[in-house]
Amino acid sequence: MDFLRPASWEEALAAKAEHPAAVPIAGGTDVMVEINFDHRRPEYLMDLNRIGDLYEWEVGAESVRLGASVPYSRIMEHLRAELPGLALASHTVASPQIRNRGGVGGNLGTASPAGDAHPALLAAGAEVEVESVRGARRIPIDDFYTGVKRNALAPDELIRAVHIRKADGPQQFSKVGTRNAMVIAVCAFGLALHPETRTVRTGIGSAAPTPVRAKAAEEFLNAALEEGGFWDNGKIITPSVAKRFADLCAAACNPIDDVRGTAGYRRHAVGVMARRTLTWTWESYRGAHRITEGAA
Amino acid sequence: MPSHKLPAASAQGQPTGVPTRITQGSGTRGGIGESTLRPDGTLKVTGEFAYSSDLWHEDMLWGQILRSTVAHAEIVSIDTSEALATPGVYAVMTYDDLPADVKHYGLEIQDTPVLAHGKVRHHGEPVAIVAADHPETARRAAAKIKVEYRDLPVVTDEASALAPDAVLVHENRDDHHIGHVPHPNIVHRQPIVRGDVAAARRRADVIVEGEYTFGMQDQAFLGPESGLAVPEEDGGVHLYIATQWLHSDLRQIAPVLGLPEDKVRMTLAGVGGAFGGREDLSMQIHACLLALRTGKPVKIVYNRFESFFGHVHRHPAKLFYEHGATRDGKLTHVKCRIVLDGGAYASASPAVVGNASSLGVGPYVVDDVEIEAIALYTNNPPCGAMRGFGAVQACFAYEAQMDKVAKELGLDPVEFRQRNAMEQGTLMPTGQPVDSPAPVAELLRRVKAMPMPPERQWESSEGADVRQLPGGLSNTTHGEGVVRGVGYAVGIKNVGFSEGFDDYSTARVRMEVVGGEPVATVHTAMAEVGQGGVTVHAQIARTELGVAQVTIHPANTQVGSAGSTSASRQTYVTGGAVRNACELVREKVLELGRRRFGPYHPAWATAELLLEGGKVVTDGGEVLADLVDVLGDEAVEVEEEWRHRPTEPFDLRTGQGNGHVQYSFAAHRAVVEVDTELGLVKVVELACAQDVGKALNPLSVVGQIQGGTTQGLGVAVMEEIVVDPKTAKVKNPSFTDYLIPTILDTPTIPVDVLELADEHAPYGLRGVGEAPTLSSTPAVLAAIRDATGLELNRTPVRPEHLTGTV
Repeated sequence: MDFLRPASWEEALAAKAEHPAAVPIAGGTDVMVEINFDHRRPEYLMDLNRIGDLYEWEVGAESVRLGASVPYSRIMEHLRAELPGLALASHTVASPQIRNRGGVGGNLGTASPAGDAHPALLAAGAEVEVESVRGARRIPIDDFYTGVKRNALAPDELIRAVHIRKADGPQQFSKVGTRNAMVIAVCAFGLALHPETRTVRTGIGSAAPTPVRAKAAEEFLNAALEEGGFWDNGKIITPSVAKRFADLCAAACNPIDDVRGTAGYRRHAVGVMARRTLTWTWESYRGAHRITEGAA
Repeated sequence: MPSHKLPAASAQGQPTGVPTRITQGSGTRGGIGESTLRPDGTLKVTGEFAYSSDLWHEDMLWGQILRSTVAHAEIVSIDTSEALATPGVYAVMTYDDLPADVKHYGLEIQDTPVLAHGKVRHHGEPVAIVAADHPETARRAAAKIKVEYRDLPVVTDEASALAPDAVLVHENRDDHHIGHVPHPNIVHRQPIVRGDVAAARRRADVIVEGEYTFGMQDQAFLGPESGLAVPEEDGGVHLYIATQWLHSDLRQIAPVLGLPEDKVRMTLAGVGGAFGGREDLSMQIHACLLALRTGKPVKIVYNRFESFFGHVHRHPAKLFYEHGATRDGKLTHVKCRIVLDGGAYASASPAVVGNASSLGVGPYVVDDVEIEAIALYTNNPPCGAMRGFGAVQACFAYEAQMDKVAKELGLDPVEFRQRNAMEQGTLMPTGQPVDSPAPVAELLRRVKAMPMPPERQWESSEGADVRQLPGGLSNTTHGEGVVRGVGYAVGIKNVGFSEGFDDYSTARVRMEVVGGEPVATVHTAMAEVGQGGVTVHAQIARTELGVAQVTIHPANTQVGSAGSTSASRQTYVTGGAVRNACELVREKVLELGRRRFGPYHPAWATAELLLEGGKVVTDGGEVLADLVDVLGDEAVEVEEEWRHRPTEPFDLRTGQGNGHVQYSFAAHRAVVEVDTELGLVKVVELACAQDVGKALNPLSVVGQIQGGTTQGLGVAVMEEIVVDPKTAKVKNPSFTDYLIPTILDTPTIPVDVLELADEHAPYGLRGVGEAPTLSSTPAVLAAIRDATGLELNRTPVRPEHLTGTV
């Protein structure tokens, strides 16, 4: 195995163009496990740790540009207000040691359905900034996951950053594991309210071959909220609407039975998490709404 | 302060990472009953302790094992040529390369091939071994060995094991159990019959049946199997090894190497936990074979994945129970059948059967019993010793039954248990009287009387504190669906080896003046696996010999056997041996004093003399002499074996017999909060009360109880090795999917320690380590049942079971 250590982003792109089979490694929390277990034996390993830009983030007017290697612990500390869903998801990643090493770029690169960042990225709305010597492009998160552990990257492309829409409303993230900490997801759910566009977005993890949005559930809820004037009147969402939303989220799953849980449980749990996170975010939105009204 | 010298960089030819002498002592007395600090504690916490995986030798090679990828198959061929041709490889060995006539080993039945011969019987069975100059080279070379398998049908449960056309896991058995088992796929069967169950059954007002399943638990010790074998000039080998019983290893290793036992020297390396998983051999023979073959030191270290295949697990079990009781809450009878899955090799299965059957009713008075326990041979992973050893599985089932009967009678579950609780003098189902305190009702009373943890602890002014809730930081509930439940359980565990086993230990104690101070040296072969034996031995020596400084000699086979560090026995048996040797040393020291100073003071002849504070004193407190002066240049040394009371085998037909040495009891109250919608559990508190006879080191005792309690919690809600029922292959051999409790899963564990002396035991002590592992699991299950109203007849409980999504 050859070990490539590009000193700059340009060098990294050149190396990747020359060796498309090279596996990029940053925190190593995923790649090293695979190598240690002999699950993969790449011809080239490309260490991105010397590229400081990947550890930077910028908070813009509309969105946050998050470097691919920004560790989860930084997201939890510094981006809680802008990216509340992703910050909550970051909290559930493995152990403190791993959170100090791992970043969203690795989650996206591996594209495992169990990656904790995916539901939050799907719910918030994000674009993945990728680049090769041929040029840069942005891949909408909805188009990013193409199959089990497969993503939309071309062989010569590297992930540079993720552009995530700043929260314009409450966001939540829930994850089921059979232990109360340091556990891989049995299934996970992300939900974001977007009052500016009067839409709700979702993300489901570990309950389908890829991370997915529950689009039918979103459409149903968007219509129900619009019809009832909920965004304006801030009323409590009726239990029947919440239940229908939860059922549609569960129906969006296409899970399997495995050693971590049954398909039936995953579907059930996604429904429960969908209902709860909707309640939490909506309560939070109503609270803020009332405060706004009171102040006006 | 305790001190422990780190292994210094050694001269060439000597391995490093080998434990050195530990000298402990301080200005304080540091005798028994004090919570003296562990000499290894700070080193372990700071990462400086040398474990067996840290062993190192100049020019050493690395060994690697090739394991079977299938559970049951004939080996058609093995081609090692490509592996042998790999640069850096020094040796590749298969069954055909074994040097001696003896090619099998085993704790009790020698049924385990050192390397597979003709067939493999379980997933992960060793087939070939490689030595190379780099661990990665060894690993890759092992992967180049081509093994052609022809699949055989797998035996995975009782039905497939005992079917008329069942494949035999072992043909041509000639062990001493084959004569009394009804089928060759049964390792051992132990019935226990007392009284008249048919008559008792007619007296019963309620009869409750239950069928229970106990999953396969792993010891999950932190230090994977590892050791270093160094060939010696006399043709022998020196093995530095993390084990639970050096002499048991030696007895199994030497014949396979074709060496007399005195040519196999063994030294205990740093052990990272054991819990029963190091009672059987793992890499010991393989490292020695490669060292002798290559003439070079060979180190083998398993990684976590291999560790899951490298040691036996706790027997999974199916348990069928019938309890009867009268309306006034007295048990009439118990019938039970316990089917333990021993996997492919016998390991400790026969003894586990003995425990499960003899302790199968629990700590209750029942005159009429019919018990049957069997262990199966299957193609599942081999199972053997684990903390609680057969008593754990039974306790899970009989305590569930006790709750069911109480419910049927409309009685409080604690009250019902107390009405049936055994006490001193009660006869066991084996007919053996319990002849020391058995405070079962009192332990239950104590855990019940402890204050309850406050309700809804997660609520705060800033919203829900998810760390206090089921799901924790995974943020699955802010209180929705959360229901509290409370459950109780109590258990009984035997202490020491039972059924007529000659369960002795040996201690060598030496007393001499070093640097102007009297120093005692304690040398035993006891494996310190984290239980704190080295601390306790020093405490005993201080108490018995009145010295401040005690040196604990590294454990090795240059002294007689200490027996196993298991069965809650080491403080009892090796502690007893150390005390005994100290007493003999004291007599010799006093004799020396009488010779030297007797003529000058009449008290030497007339008074009861003690050693205290480095002096010889009379029982009236008069100082007669300094030990420094009594000893002068002489060293007083004694090596002596010590035994507890003998036990008897259980009758093979009736199970009657005085089979056990001592019993230990613990009771738990579990408080859980269950997210009933998601099926997630937060154990809020696990209160324990345990009788320890005498706490030699109270801090260590509480540590043992909290550790055992947590291990019991693990198998209640998460720990399980999952084996595919179709292929008998292990599905989760890693800490990614074999989950053990983190600190967030570990509740507060208030501990109430009773000290009711057992007059038969040294200092009145009672073995501590296992009892808390028994009752913890059923208490948690009872609490979850209380919260959910579900029947829950298997452990561990998974979210699917709580949400009806299996």
